[in-house]
Amino acid sequence: MSIPELSRDEIREANRNIRRKKILAILFVTPLLLFIFITFVAPIATMLYRSVYHPTVAELIPDTLQQLDDWDADSGELPPPQTLTLFAVELKRLAKERLSGKLAEEINRGLPGSSSLIKATARKLQRVDDAELQSQGDQLLLASHPKWSGVEVWQTIRRAGSIFTDDYYLTALDLERTPSGEIVQRDTQIYLKLYWKSLKIAFYITVLTAIIGFPLAWYLANAPSRIANTLMILVLLPFWTSLLVRTTAWIALLQTNGVVNSVLQWLHVINEPIEMLYTQFATVIAMTHILLPFMILPLYSVMKGIDPSYYRAALSLGAKPIPAFVRIYMPMTLPGLSAGALLVFIISIGYYITPALVGGTDGQMISNIIAFHMQSSNNWELAAALGSLLLLLITVLYWLYDRLVGISNLKLG
Amino acid sequence: MAQYPRYYTPLQKLGASGIKLFAWAVLLFLILPILVIIPLSFNSEPYFTFTEGMLALDPEAYSLKWYHDIWMDGKWTLAIKNSFYVGIMATLLATVLGTVAAIGLSNPLVPFQRTIMALLLSPMIVPLIITAAGMFFFYTQLNIAGSYFGLILAHAALGTPFVVITVNAALAGFDYSLVRASLGMGAKPVYTFFKVIMPLIRPGVISGALFAFVTSFDEVIVVLFLAGPEQRTIPRQMFSGLREEISPTILAVAVLLVAISALLLLTMEYLRARSERIRMGSTV
Repeated sequence: MSIPELSRDEIREANRNIRRKKILAILFVTPLLLFIFITFVAPIATMLYRSVYHPTVAELIPDTLQQLDDWDADSGELPPPQTLTLFAVELKRLAKERLSGKLAEEINRGLPGSSSLIKATARKLQRVDDAELQSQGDQLLLASHPKWSGVEVWQTIRRAGSIFTDDYYLTALDLERTPSGEIVQRDTQIYLKLYWKSLKIAFYITVLTAIIGFPLAWYLANAPSRIANTLMILVLLPFWTSLLVRTTAWIALLQTNGVVNSVLQWLHVINEPIEMLYTQFATVIAMTHILLPFMILPLYSVMKGIDPSYYRAALSLGAKPIPAFVRIYMPMTLPGLSAGALLVFIISIGYYITPALVGGTDGQMISNIIAFHMQSSNNWELAAALGSLLLLLITVLYWLYDRLVGISNLKLG
Repeated sequence: MAQYPRYYTPLQKLGASGIKLFAWAVLLFLILPILVIIPLSFNSEPYFTFTEGMLALDPEAYSLKWYHDIWMDGKWTLAIKNSFYVGIMATLLATVLGTVAAIGLSNPLVPFQRTIMALLLSPMIVPLIITAAGMFFFYTQLNIAGSYFGLILAHAALGTPFVVITVNAALAGFDYSLVRASLGMGAKPVYTFFKVIMPLIRPGVISGALFAFVTSFDEVIVVLFLAGPEQRTIPRQMFSGLREEISPTILAVAVLLVAISALLLLTMEYLRARSERIRMGSTV
């Protein structure tokens, strides 16, 4: 069969048509892309930036830092006298503006003990008049405390003066930098432990939802469709119910005089009420309840599509019921199981509300400490660093989900 | 009453009944915590527990006063107004942007389709605490933190992924020759959009809008970080209520929210049945 040749004009016309359609489609996508960039991507980028951007010291003593740039920190010698003088002048200015405490706090983080050094020196320099400070600031500074004659404090000041810092990431990973610049582990682990605990809680929840979701999904998928549709409402109603409502319900259930304790006492299972609220147990059980539909729905839709004749064939060919179920049926449910498990794991790892309300101190997760640093301790940079690490974790899982399940296969309801 | 296939051995029947029993237990686990708050919200005492009188079905032990309290308390009425205002505005924005984008994305000519899709859906995946912290930093710089405008933008961003997903799914069975036919017969593109495309994907658009609304209506963390006292929403008010003084008013609000969810669920099921009918019709 021969294909009729197209004229050059016809080809050009067709190409133009395709290009026009392509541009039109792109124009359709652009508004939302722009919107997401401004309202969502830019905020995330700002947070990433905040986790490394820390100009406080650079704004406090700009002149000294400029001079310190030329100083060879590894030479073992002090910075030149004019640098010391400049620092003395700037420190006096800060003392007058009542900002020397802020500088002291910043330097102290790099070199513990320098807080009192800077504050005391600032107090002394405040009494010296400007002319004297200009001419012999370096002498006065060195005379005020022997520590100023050591290179360590100058190294620390120079390091603290950089606009960008990895300090918050070090803190978030429970590391710290010694005055000589080495990175060592902190004595007490806080954040790594918390990340580990969040992963553990998320893992428990994922396993629990899988264990209790699988049989229910199987039952629903194999029940007559009339019954299945009605029972599905019992799965979907919690799914559609506000998270706060479900958390409230668990508070009512688990508290000391709550429903669970009363029922157990009435049944004489226990004599004294058990403390269940404000524990890790409360976090796990409430979140399992909240996230269970996310496991059941993908499992159900996969099981619905499995032809029962495979299992029947295995049985009639002589397989025992349980091995046939494990080796024939279960592998076919894997797409649903992996989709549900990844979804539950991704959602639970960054959960905030439920742990905050029912978890007590034991049931707190990484999100709670981020919120704490945002709202109570006002250490926004550390919150941003902790958040960035969490984001990295989620991105890896999201990528995995996309590879295994395909993000566009995500179905709702 | 249980009907098992005839070839089942007694052991298999036992196993199947065991699974059935377990499935029912899980269903109870899912639904009981939600049902339990309904009687508790009619408690006449200011507790979260069943009183002796309630268990004895003494009418005195029940009262409607917590429901009455909702309407008397300015904080709650403001929160209800805010929740609906922010929710509806964010839903409108998310639905329009999401629908248009999903239609564009359904065209295979769009480059980097997979990447764009992953990006558009990311607001759904990134933990809200990260989103909220980032929005706090960025919206403060833009001077829209603590305003309705900022909150609506934030909630619209969180709602768009759901619209993209549902409209995308509705377009999966869409027959593009209908568009060609309409355009070929001289209909203007805008007319074609509203008279040919829209009626066919409407169930997807509406269910996406419902998801977007619920997302905003249910969201606490962004509100916690972005909203000022004037923009407090229902979940925000519940959150501080649960942390400060636990009063059954919260339970009364919770019951009202359950009623709203039940309504949304029924709408959703109706739409799903309808869209299945439409899909059947278009493929035959």
